[in-house]
Amino acid sequence: MLAAAVAASTSAVAPHFKAPILDYHALAPEIVLTGVLGVLLLVDLVVGERERWATSTIAGIGILAALIPVFTLGVRSHPGSMFGGAYVVDNFSLVLKALFLVTGYVVVLMSSNYIEEGDYYEGEFYFLLVSSLLGMVVMASARDLITIFLALELLSIPGYLMAGWRKRDVKSNEAALKYYLLGVLATAVMLYGMSLVYGYTGTTLLTGIGAKVGGSLTGHPILSFSIFLVLAGFAFKVSAVPFHQWAPDTYEGAPTPVTAFLSVASKTGGMVAILELVYVGFLNRHDVWAPLFWALAALTMTVGNLIALRQTNIVRMLAYSSVAQAGYMLVPFAVAGDNVKARGTAFEATVVYLLIYAAMNLGAFTVVITVARKTRSGEISSYGGLFEYAPGLTVLMTVFLFSLAGVPPLAGAWAKIFVFRAVLDSGTTAAVVLGVIAAVNSVIALFYYAGVAREMWMRPVPDEDRTPISVPPALAGALAATVVAVLAVGVYPNMLVRFGEISSLVK
Amino acid sequence: MYLNQFLFLSAFLFATGVYGVLARRNGVLVLMSIELILTAVNINLVAFSAFHNNIAGQVFALFVIAVAAAEVGVGLAIVLLIYRNKQSIDLTDVDVMKG
Repeated sequence: MLAAAVAASTSAVAPHFKAPILDYHALAPEIVLTGVLGVLLLVDLVVGERERWATSTIAGIGILAALIPVFTLGVRSHPGSMFGGAYVVDNFSLVLKALFLVTGYVVVLMSSNYIEEGDYYEGEFYFLLVSSLLGMVVMASARDLITIFLALELLSIPGYLMAGWRKRDVKSNEAALKYYLLGVLATAVMLYGMSLVYGYTGTTLLTGIGAKVGGSLTGHPILSFSIFLVLAGFAFKVSAVPFHQWAPDTYEGAPTPVTAFLSVASKTGGMVAILELVYVGFLNRHDVWAPLFWALAALTMTVGNLIALRQTNIVRMLAYSSVAQAGYMLVPFAVAGDNVKARGTAFEATVVYLLIYAAMNLGAFTVVITVARKTRSGEISSYGGLFEYAPGLTVLMTVFLFSLAGVPPLAGAWAKIFVFRAVLDSGTTAAVVLGVIAAVNSVIALFYYAGVAREMWMRPVPDEDRTPISVPPALAGALAATVVAVLAVGVYPNMLVRFGEISSLVK
Repeated sequence: MYLNQFLFLSAFLFATGVYGVLARRNGVLVLMSIELILTAVNINLVAFSAFHNNIAGQVFALFVIAVAAAEVGVGLAIVLLIYRNKQSIDLTDVDVMKG
């Protein structure tokens, strides 16, 4: 029967094959990034050890060049749709592509000194960074299970390698291994779910799945189970509790710029996939995913914050804080199924949270990298008296930490307000209970963020070493970009509201 | 041949693979268990593809095979790195960081 079916399907397809019509303008960001990958490999081959810094410059310029078509596409009025709707370039994907590319550029700025001075392989590092970025840019346009899978692997596999970049350090080895094993297991489980979803619906297109899932297949238990498997796979990627165990160890062991990249870009990549799957593919099965996200969000916020309270290492604390932040991002999903209005505001809340989170978290990690250049330590106690010898960095770190905590008038406060607006639009008891949990968690989070601030402003310098910290131009650029974003959005949030509105996948 | 025979086979392979990942302590055997899960996925995809008379599932399976090869290459590199630094590929030995 199988052979007959294969013969039937090939004979049905082969004579009618037509080359797909490609919209090269819409594909331009991906094409530019692919070109940059080729150039990086060649340059790394040709230049000598002394000129390896050129690879970081090329990666940075290449990422900025890929941003140009994103803007020209934003001006263009019609969306691009290719491969029968499997690859769509609309406002949603453009907003997130811009976010990924800007994040990638800031990470290049953060890494250039770190990788050069640490004597790590440079050319390969930027090659992997840009390939991971390419995966994220593809993910923003993917509207098909196969494309989502490919984008996920393209963004994850370079991440496994970058996490283990400090080859001779046992901690870095452990970071790579834990990230790899749990990541691959999650992907495999997600694929098994995808294969069952394909089996039930007979299509890999998310729009096709959306039509089938809401129609004849309502209430089918194995379909519910496979939706659960797919979403659980992505819950690993965004480090939602109880799938978060890899995150703190990987974040602590990996080189710090890579940690920043994983905790911002990789998490956003996973969240984008969840947005696509939930709002396009499984929209009508909110009886399955709404309770799942409710539990995930409540657990992720609470566990992340409670464990962050007793961390003594700043990177580990930021790791648990980013777990908790993922929890706030998952809150809108839990209420999105309640009514049409809540669906719109919930979608907006997640996108706005992702944009704001990227700026404040990258900023905090940049300060950590800059301070570690002098102190060579990740302990929170090493931040004692930072204000006495690095007042500028202290002020910046305080801004980023209080923004993460959600203190007005900083950007982080608006992110939380959007989440609460979605909760209020839903108005059900379950949603209000989740909102209360989120509010209590914001207060808990303030304790550990303020703890670091108290260390910096009020405690004495631990070893009486008051030599000022030198800030190289690349790190200064990263700090300036992130702090401007955090303050500008805090004062004038309307520009982000606009991004949230135009990006809507919900009709 | 019925569809459910393939589905039972693949469910059995999936369960074996998940058990292997959770119970095995040897790095290479964990990688092989992950391959078992991916094989289960491929059997599912190809069986459903024939069942629906739709080529997408077979294309998906080809992509899974290619990506799985790349993924295992990276995994073996990481296991090798750990062997060089620790002279062991027992995953229980890899526990410098806790909490």
